[in-house]
Amino acid sequence: MYNSDKVIPGIIIFVLFVTLPIWWNHGKSVAAPEPELPKKGRCVESKEYMRSHHMQLLNVWRNEAIRQGMRIYTSSDGARFWISLQNGCMKCHNNKSKFCDRCHQFAAVEPYCWNCHIPPETKKFKAPKASGLLKLFGVPPVLHGSSQAESYGHAEH
Amino acid sequence: MDRRKFLKLAGLSVTLAGGVPGFLNREVKARAYTPPPGALTARRWGLAIDVRKCWEEPNCNECIKACHHLHNVPDIPDKKREVKWIWKDEFEHVFPDKPNEFNNIIFTHKPFLLLCNHCEHPPCVRVCPTQATFKREDGIVMMDYHRCIGCRFCMAACPFGARSFNWVDPRPYIKDPNPKFPTRMKGVVEKCLFCYERLEKGKIPACVEACKKKALIFGDLEDEHSEIVRVLKSRFSIRRKSELGTGPSVFYLL
Ligand code: HEC
Ligand code: HEC
Ligand code: HEC
Repeated sequence: MYNSDKVIPGIIIFVLFVTLPIWWNHGKSVAAPEPELPKKGRCVESKEYMRSHHMQLLNVWRNEAIRQGMRIYTSSDGARFWISLQNGCMKCHNNKSKFCDRCHQFAAVEPYCWNCHIPPETKKFKAPKASGLLKLFGVPPVLHGSSQAESYGHAEH
Repeated sequence: MDRRKFLKLAGLSVTLAGGVPGFLNREVKARAYTPPPGALTARRWGLAIDVRKCWEEPNCNECIKACHHLHNVPDIPDKKREVKWIWKDEFEHVFPDKPNEFNNIIFTHKPFLLLCNHCEHPPCVRVCPTQATFKREDGIVMMDYHRCIGCRFCMAACPFGARSFNWVDPRPYIKDPNPKFPTRMKGVVEKCLFCYERLEKGKIPACVEACKKKALIFGDLEDEHSEIVRVLKSRFSIRRKSELGTGPSVFYLL
């Protein structure tokens, strides 16, 4: 073989490089997530079903509740639940960061639901953050203007 | 293999492949969705606003406060980006076609309570590309915020300016959030939904309940015996821009 002194080390380096991710994480293990479960009671469906299907269930729930007006869910074993995320799931699972988030961080999913739905542990909302673009143009992050109360004032004449 | 054998075998394998796992699948078990018991129902919900009673308390904003608190409507000071479900404006703006010049003198600057008219033929519903807004059987023009993509066609179509767009994240402008109801997020359109979530629990809309003067009358427009029909039959009322043919369900008793 021509140039075997260069080709063979080259192949070895290539193989090592390509399998780098395996070596890199070798021996390290990531702990399985431990969501904090309610002490007693039951979920709307079996634990196994919830673990694998809660996203589908939530999707059906929101369509049924909002588009069809169906607010009562009868589970596969005949128990009845009020359909709601904030007033349903989160009444039992009353800490989002210790329940939903623990698994989701592990699975690297970030459901956008919490842009609107308020987690049980949130009591107040934070002031708006200045994004880089706003800072660059010196735009204040908080909107100002005539207050709403003033705008009704003229209606009193 | 002859044709007969082949067909038998094919039939059997299809049954095994499709039917048996489907039969064993736990998802097939009965899971039922039913409407809530004790809900208030109607064939066409409507609202009559007794403006004379409303004017007795010119500084009262109880209905607005109750609604906006309950539904986490932000209080954004910038008028161009404000969000509102129910608000007040003066006669000239509310009825721009001016019934006649004398009415105009009597009513100039008088406040009128405004909210979504829950039209019989809602133009917003016709233009929504995702069916995020749709008409329920009880007449309520609903919003499914999950489907709203923020195109704002509905805002262009609505002749009453009843819809608000979230230009910014509304959360910092909600001082005292109600944990029982979601907020909205930047990029969706929102409006009054006639408190459908309260009707489901047997309660009347928050604005109607909050009005100390009982100036708001909520009821079924297609029920002969409802209070709203009785009042509308006995008193003169007007609707906003009824000439457009959208059929508003909000009436102003004069
Ligand atoms: C009535 C109280 C209650 C409600 C309502 C409820 N859950 Fe649960 N949930 C529980 C309990 C208790 C468990 C633990 C079950 C067990 O250990 O068998 C659980 C378990 C779970 C699990 C599995 C966790 C794991 O470690 O595998 C998920 C996921 C879950 N729930 C999601 C939801 C979602 C989503 C909703 C709303 C659709 C909801 N739950 C509504 C009480 C509730
Ligand atoms: C037992 C772990 C676990 C718990 C507890 C859990 N989830 Fe999940 N969830 C997951 C996993 C894993 C996925 C991603 C599934 C996938 O990739 O298809 C997911 C996905 C979702 C999705 C879909 C996200 C998307 O982008 O498609 C939603 C919505 C969701 N979860 C809601 C919740 C809510 C609400 C709770 C708390 C009440 C919760 N989950 C608790 C494991 C969990
Ligand atoms: C744009 C804002 C917004 C986002 C994002 C959003 N929701 Fe909602 N959702 C709402 C509003 C508003 C309601 C109506 C609440 C009511 O009727 O009480 C609602 C209702 C629901 C309901 C039914 C009833 C109830 O009271 O909770 C479910 C279930 C639900 N959402 C699940 C989800 C899930 C799961 C996600 C994420 C995948 C999500 N939502 C994302 C705004 C939002």
